[in-house]
Amino acid sequence: MVEADVHGSLAIRVRGLTKVYGPQVVLRDLEMDLSWGDFLIVFGPNGSGKTTLIKVLATISRPTEGEVMVAGYDLKRNPAAVRRNIGLVTHQPLLYGDMTGIENLRFHGRMFGLSHLEKRIEKAADLMGATSFLGRRASILSHGMQKRLSLARAILHDPPILLLDEPETGLDQEALEMLGQMMGSGERGRRTVLMVTHSVERGLALGNQVAIMAGGKIAFHGDRSNVDEDMLKSTYSRFTGVAL
Amino acid sequence: MTKFWPTVAALMWKDILLELRTKDIVISILAFALLSLIIFNFALGPSPQITPVVAPGVLWVAFTFAGVLGLTRAFVLEKDQGNLVGLLITPTSREAIYVGKMLGSLFFMLMSEIILLPAFAVLFNISPFRPELLLIILLATIGFASIGTLFSAIAINTRSREIMLPMLFLPIVVPIIIGAVMASSTAFEGGSWSDMTKSVQLIAVFDVVALVFSAFAFEHVLQE
Repeated sequence: MVEADVHGSLAIRVRGLTKVYGPQVVLRDLEMDLSWGDFLIVFGPNGSGKTTLIKVLATISRPTEGEVMVAGYDLKRNPAAVRRNIGLVTHQPLLYGDMTGIENLRFHGRMFGLSHLEKRIEKAADLMGATSFLGRRASILSHGMQKRLSLARAILHDPPILLLDEPETGLDQEALEMLGQMMGSGERGRRTVLMVTHSVERGLALGNQVAIMAGGKIAFHGDRSNVDEDMLKSTYSRFTGVAL
Repeated sequence: MTKFWPTVAALMWKDILLELRTKDIVISILAFALLSLIIFNFALGPSPQITPVVAPGVLWVAFTFAGVLGLTRAFVLEKDQGNLVGLLITPTSREAIYVGKMLGSLFFMLMSEIILLPAFAVLFNISPFRPELLLIILLATIGFASIGTLFSAIAINTRSREIMLPMLFLPIVVPIIIGAVMASSTAFEGGSWSDMTKSVQLIAVFDVVALVFSAFAFEHVLQE
């Protein structure tokens, strides 16, 4: 990694994480370890706390209780260092609609204080297949194009950890294949990835770790090599009470 | 941590670029303020006796309520497309985000005021182009932008944000409005600097307190 300051024996270490919004306990004493280079796919029904977990790891949401270490940095004590080490892709593209693709990427790069910004933009856009529409305003791009730009934004600072919250939402088939290729070949082992998805097929194809969230906890966490589609579906319905 | 002023400049550049393309903030400020001035002008008439008495109040009513409109817009574009999250995941300090957004709002409010002052001069036949009045306008607008940026960030996370901002903002900026109206009255009456010292000091102290408090409180306002 170029800018990232990678240290710590684990990429992500979570102990006793609880997140409460008003009367609602969204994450409940959650424990999780993710080693460097792992690709964790998180499944779970709506309301199980997947997005909240991503928000906490991305420092957008403050933990109510518990200890969270990301890239070896304590999330509460050194959130800026955590942010430098993560890239985030959410349902929303996080782009300014009235700015062009390249203006969005330049702005994001400046907020990270990145050097050699134009080269980084060129590289990230090329990797995501976004070069041809960099000069167009984000608001007139298709969902798929916006998501490609969003992915380029997320890797612009070359973070060692990627947090992906249903990145396939709104993507066309071509973009889905590109995402699969990018995550499957170029990124495997290079970055640590935590990806929330509802797609069993894509999740099992990409990840080397599989987790199921239910009731604000990691109900199941196993090695991909020990989990096939049938086992995943039966385990999922056992823990969540619904079918995957 | 990224460098403070380059990120502040990047935020300001982004806000100005977006405003040049959408013109949302300046047009909403100008339309409201100009309409207020015209309505007051028709209601009060061109009497030379009344004008100097009511002109400071008219000017600050227009600036204050138009400023609220502009401040409401300041965070709408961040929130509506989820861009606030995009800002929060950068290692930029929250103080830098606050200062960048505050300076952006200040810039738009000052630009609008620069356009409005000639209109005010024509409609009320009274010159606002006096150094002391321009200083009062600058100081009061800094206070509006300082506290308004914080409250705009608070209001944006509420359901009725258009109502919430004025409800939070207006009671807090009363000292600025009182100070600005009193100092402007003195300026319009041809008073000296010493006559308006107390009012200017009141606004300046408010500005400093608002800036320091808002910069520190901003992080807690933004985080869930």
